[in-house]
Amino acid sequence: MSDKPPIDDAHHAHDHGHEGYDHHPARADDDEHLSYYQIMEIAVRELLIEKGVFAADDVRSAIDRMDARTSAQGARMIAHAWVDPDYKTRLLADGSAAAKELGIDVGPMRLVVAENKPDLHHLVVCTLCSCYPRMVLGIPPDWYKSRSYRSRAVREPRGLLREFGTEIADGVEVCVLDSTADMRYLVMPMRPAGTEGWSEQQLAELVTRDSMVGVTRPTL
Amino acid sequence: MRGHHDIGGAEAGPVDREEHDLALWEKRVDAMMMLLSQKNLFTVDEARFAMEKLPPNAYENLKYYERWMAGICDCLLRRGVISADEVGRKMAEVKARQSESA
Amino acid sequence: MSAPLETEPPLARFRVGDRISVRRAYPPGHIRTPWYIRGCVGIVDVLYGSFRNPEELAFGRPGLPPQPLYRVRFQQTAIWPDYAGARHDTICLDLYQHWLEPA
Repeated sequence: MSDKPPIDDAHHAHDHGHEGYDHHPARADDDEHLSYYQIMEIAVRELLIEKGVFAADDVRSAIDRMDARTSAQGARMIAHAWVDPDYKTRLLADGSAAAKELGIDVGPMRLVVAENKPDLHHLVVCTLCSCYPRMVLGIPPDWYKSRSYRSRAVREPRGLLREFGTEIADGVEVCVLDSTADMRYLVMPMRPAGTEGWSEQQLAELVTRDSMVGVTRPTL
Repeated sequence: MRGHHDIGGAEAGPVDREEHDLALWEKRVDAMMMLLSQKNLFTVDEARFAMEKLPPNAYENLKYYERWMAGICDCLLRRGVISADEVGRKMAEVKARQSESA
Repeated sequence: MSAPLETEPPLARFRVGDRISVRRAYPPGHIRTPWYIRGCVGIVDVLYGSFRNPEELAFGRPGLPPQPLYRVRFQQTAIWPDYAGARHDTICLDLYQHWLEPA
């Protein structure tokens, strides 16, 4: 870690760019014109470091951990459940414990997995803010946090799904899950037909982030 | 009064599906939120409440991580971890540094 | 001097399958019961256990005693008069016991 550029100082970030963050290279900060809140971020962070609340390294490590989290974690869990019925039962009973079985640390989050069925399709939203199962999906996409998504997902989910290219037949129930408390929801999509005999890794590649939020379904 | 964040079912237009990679400063805001709540300096509930109390136009005028930064700073001030004077002075110092290097 | 804080959660009033209505209350502060669901009738789907009250946590208080938390399922047609989807579509919310009444 010692060869990474210091991130405490906007000046240094400008000089060194953003190499060293391999998984999700950050957009370069626009150092020519820091906004009020960018200035606040630097000021508050420096104050907290001076006061010993945390160290610069703590911030760096937290960012690295955040960058390492992608929807691949969630996809592994779903793919494993598709091939192992006992794991699937455990996953549906206690998502956090089942994640831990695969070495995925979900921290204090209570993970709840919702199973899609031929007559039931789930869609996850947080209308009040943007709660999201970050520990297994990574950072939420902008659209998940948008006012349009948050307001329409509960009121006209089918119209919203259509915008994502997903048409749910009338005979299938659409069930929206509004994350209003500590539970974080992950959709278990149905395993697509024609995947008999596939390896877990191949199956995991089908399970996209969007299918675990419920806006799309996995396709071959 | 209905909060400006409490928008389930409100009228809204099409969803903009374009995604942006987080800027470094946004990642730092996110990291600070995680670190400070893990260290129990304040709870996520306090931070959410702080954001809910931002002026009504905060949604139009501020980006997602700008609102988070405002919320984090508010919590730290309320909890007495930092003082308003300290923040003001440090922000002025940072701004002066920025002008010098430009 | 105030009495020591209760740390034991109240007993869970509702069971899976119970019909409940969400109170029509409009308190100030940090509320995790969305506006759109207040006054609606649903069915208890899951009892999640008891959790510290976010309405109190928001003020830097301990949020004790923990409140039983339920996942409640509602028919979309019972919430939105002009719901345009399928008649059997549903929505689930995670709601704290003090917001629920028998229906």
